Amino acid sequence: MATLNVLVLASLLYVVLLFAVAFAADRAALHGRGAWLRSPWIYTLSLSIYCTAWTFYGAVGFAARSGLEFLTIYLGPTLIMIGWWWTLRKLVRIGRSQRITSIADLISSRYGKSNLLAVLVTILAVIGTTPYIALQLQSVTLSFAAFAEADPNASLGDASSTALWVALGLTLFTILFGTRNLDANERHHGVVMAIALEAVVKLFALLAVGIFVVWGIAGGVSETFARIDASEIARWDVPGSRWVGLTLLSAAAFLCLPRMFQVMVVENEDEGHLRTASWAFPAYLMLMSLFVVPIAAIGLDIMPAGANPDLFVLTLPLQEGREGLAILSFLGGFSSATSMVIVAAIALSTMLSNHVVMPVWLRMTGGTGIVVSGDVRQVALLTRRLSIAGVVLLGYVYLRLSSGGAALAAIGLVSFAGVAQLLPAMLGGLFWRGATRIGALTGLLVGFAIWLYTLFLPSFGPSVILSQALLEAGPFGISWLRPRALFGVDGMDPLVHAVMWSMLLNTFSFIAVSILSFPKPLERLQGAQFVNVFQHSATTGTWSGGLAQSEDLLLMSQRILGAAEAQSLFSKAASRQGLSGYLPEPSPDFLQELERELSGSVGGATAHAMISQIVGGATVSVQDLMAVADETAQIMEYSSQLEAKSEELARTARQLRAANTKLTQISEQKDTFLSQISHELRTPMTSIRAFSEILRDGKGLSEADGEKYSTIIHDETVRLTRLLDDLLDLSVLENGQVVLNTQTGSLSDLLQRSVRAAQGEEGQLEIKYGQIDQNIVLTTDLDRLAQVFINLITNARKYCDAKEPVLTISTQRQNGQLIIDFVDNGSGIPADMHAVIFEKFSRISHARVGGAGLGLAICAEIMTRLGGSVGIVPAQGGSAFRVILPPATVSQATSPAA
Amino acid sequence: MSQEQPSVFLERRAYRQRRMADAARMLPVFGVVLFYLPLLWAISGGQGRATTYVMSFLFLAWLVLLIAAALISSRLPSGAETDDAFKDE
Amino acid sequence: MTKRVLLIEDEPNIIEAVSFILSRDGYDVKTHSNGHDAIEAVLARAPDLIILDVMLPGRSGFDILRDIRANEQTADLPVLMLTARGQDTDRDMAERYGASQYMTKPFSNADVLATVRDLMTP
Repeated sequence: MATLNVLVLASLLYVVLLFAVAFAADRAALHGRGAWLRSPWIYTLSLSIYCTAWTFYGAVGFAARSGLEFLTIYLGPTLIMIGWWWTLRKLVRIGRSQRITSIADLISSRYGKSNLLAVLVTILAVIGTTPYIALQLQSVTLSFAAFAEADPNASLGDASSTALWVALGLTLFTILFGTRNLDANERHHGVVMAIALEAVVKLFALLAVGIFVVWGIAGGVSETFARIDASEIARWDVPGSRWVGLTLLSAAAFLCLPRMFQVMVVENEDEGHLRTASWAFPAYLMLMSLFVVPIAAIGLDIMPAGANPDLFVLTLPLQEGREGLAILSFLGGFSSATSMVIVAAIALSTMLSNHVVMPVWLRMTGGTGIVVSGDVRQVALLTRRLSIAGVVLLGYVYLRLSSGGAALAAIGLVSFAGVAQLLPAMLGGLFWRGATRIGALTGLLVGFAIWLYTLFLPSFGPSVILSQALLEAGPFGISWLRPRALFGVDGMDPLVHAVMWSMLLNTFSFIAVSILSFPKPLERLQGAQFVNVFQHSATTGTWSGGLAQSEDLLLMSQRILGAAEAQSLFSKAASRQGLSGYLPEPSPDFLQELERELSGSVGGATAHAMISQIVGGATVSVQDLMAVADETAQIMEYSSQLEAKSEELARTARQLRAANTKLTQISEQKDTFLSQISHELRTPMTSIRAFSEILRDGKGLSEADGEKYSTIIHDETVRLTRLLDDLLDLSVLENGQVVLNTQTGSLSDLLQRSVRAAQGEEGQLEIKYGQIDQNIVLTTDLDRLAQVFINLITNARKYCDAKEPVLTISTQRQNGQLIIDFVDNGSGIPADMHAVIFEKFSRISHARVGGAGLGLAICAEIMTRLGGSVGIVPAQGGSAFRVILPPATVSQATSPAA
Repeated sequence: MSQEQPSVFLERRAYRQRRMADAARMLPVFGVVLFYLPLLWAISGGQGRATTYVMSFLFLAWLVLLIAAALISSRLPSGAETDDAFKDE
Repeated sequence: MTKRVLLIEDEPNIIEAVSFILSRDGYDVKTHSNGHDAIEAVLARAPDLIILDVMLPGRSGFDILRDIRANEQTADLPVLMLTARGQDTDRDMAERYGASQYMTKPFSNADVLATVRDLMTP
């Protein structure tokens, strides 16, 4: 019999075919001839990697042991697919708009691009997937061994070498077609095509075996039913908890398995494909399950006792001498195993390289790597290739270590329960804006820990990792901590028990911690983006590119996206901004677009960190680089930008308010001024008009009255003239048109001159001189200064209400300034008048003393022009005016000549 | 009565599409009920039904569900339409 | 019987002029020169007519007018308002508070006399 040789030959041909198909598909896509590659049918078939060797061989074994229970594994995903409008639609939309590269990237992006979360999810995924890969390798080995047993001529040699060869082949294929391009968002057409082909092969093979069993062995449908009814699995006695629990578990795993996420979301070409897949994939699952029970029942019936039911699909045709069918069946199983390993390796390698290796590499090269040395593209590709090899190798090592024992058979559901721990964080992130990073981290850690303790570690059997005593009595004899009877819940199915506790406590701690914690700005932003993905399309946190160097960005992008693609991206952006050449302004829009492009290649958190290193420009420090591993810095940067923005806004608003107030004041001042001018002019004119009319009429006018009235008219005319003079003077001073006539002269001379001018002929005011430095010489406009002095002395003369008015004039030097005080002995100026006394038209009292109230306003203007000031000194026992002259105008006479 | 007055209701097609979306949301609920129905038989049946009986029922239910999914999916709004039609929900 | 006029005004020259004109025409003119106690002066003197300036020290003429109109004893007294500001808003205010007449400074003596006569003719 040449069975084994034929099998090896067929397998090799099949592998060559797969390589050819993958190569052709990649070429077709490259040349734009791959429209058919993007059909919804290919998408649907690619989803079939859900059905691994565990399905192909294991489903029959499962059915042989537990009857219909195996169906739950396919009912769960069916519910998810027909309910695509709820979850998958949103997942795919987010995946496309945020350029998500893996489930780790999804969760990390949702919770503020947290790399810590991404690393955690990656670790969880690797731990959950590695045994599964081992299971695939084992299935190939076992099926190969089954052939070898049936072929006495062949010597298989070491069984594990089969696994090694398969592992090497798979690594080669995955690296060849899975890492052709760096952008994980770009579809792996070759891989997807090969998987689609394998999907057809495994379905065809299983259906062929099923048809052979039903019609070839049993002899028809009713006969088959009769044999099922007569078999060990004739009765439906599935425990309700397992039926419900496993359905929910498989539904959760369908969404969370890294490989499912890869084909369902990352490789998705068109959201509309879900429309077809929503019913076509359940149909595929139904067909895969259709003959499982018949094969199991017949196998149990005719195979020798002790035969492994997991291999019935293969051994039944062999037993019946149908070698061709057996080879087809082998290829079906081979397809199931390989397609799973390929996609899982791609998905895990993307996670490993984007979230673990790249951040570490960036940190080690100190960030200079992205602009100065090395080619990030090559590093990333190499990382991904090594990760693929590492993941497959890990599976192989696991297989060797677990020595292919029966423990592997149960690993499928254990693995499901592990990845299902991602569900609360994922769904919570999709539908609940209140979900926070800390909440997700806590939930994941709690769920993961319980899963490890209650399911994963015990699954190795007693005394492998957990001791027999611990399993039976609990750690330190605490019985309510027994791994299989947590919190005293005894007698439950171990799997349901573990799933229940891990998911319950995972969800609970996720929700509780989310509620109690407060999300950072970037988390809230991303939360809104994810939850409301249908309301607004993709815009993530805004960049401010003030310091960004377009050239550095281009340099970096070229190394990640490739020179041509980066240059076209940059020049397009530049032309959109109306610039020529390759360097656009690093506007927030452009930086955001660039970050999205880069995140397709290296993941959201890393892309964000890379850009922040360049945009951060001069301020790059060790701490900034640590941002790759810890997103705190990124978020601080966002919030500081937000702060700066709002400060700027507030500042502008303040300026506007101030300007508005000033305009209003100026307008009000103008109105008040005009109204006051009017009053000041009309009052004397009223007197003049009234008395001149009286004089003109001459009726009943005595001589004395006539004289008196003529004097009033004269005085009022003088008052009017003085008012007009003051107004003109003030106007000239205020407009700064005044020309200062700088002279030099002695202070004491100036004071005496002023006193003489102010006293006039009446001389009721006594002037006293306090300390006066006779040697002070002033260099300033002496006439203007005299005007101020005269005004102040005149005011004292007019308004001092003491019986014997005295004005004391004194000087002092302070810090080079000259201070001249005019203090009278009157009742002083009320405090509430101090603020307005230098305003135009303000008068201390309404007592009629003449003067329009412009004098002090003029004094203030003059002193401003002279570089000094005039003010009121309170609490001096009367009105006290202080004139201050700047040091520049004051000097000591060199010699007391006189 | 003015004929130009804008209708307060959605046009017929958009209305149908929204009801189809409702149906799409209900479908998995319906599926859960169907798939869990055999559990209720087990309670009343005592010894448990025959595997063949339950199997026939489950596959039939499966077929009904996927035909319903195919019918509903083909009538759902697609792509850009989705955004507009469901924004206000 | 001589009619009594109360002039409430703070400019001494204007007080002098108006007093002269009205006295010459046979009126009994009393004067008051600040706003604080103008109401008391009105009640004490019980004039037949009041001439009231707007810009008074202590209290605005408009406020005084409002009090005059609010008091039963003086509510019907004719009041002639004088103002030096000459703005429309002042005229409106005077009308609103119930001034009998309104004149802007400077005025013609003849106009003042005519107005006073008019206001005092029942």
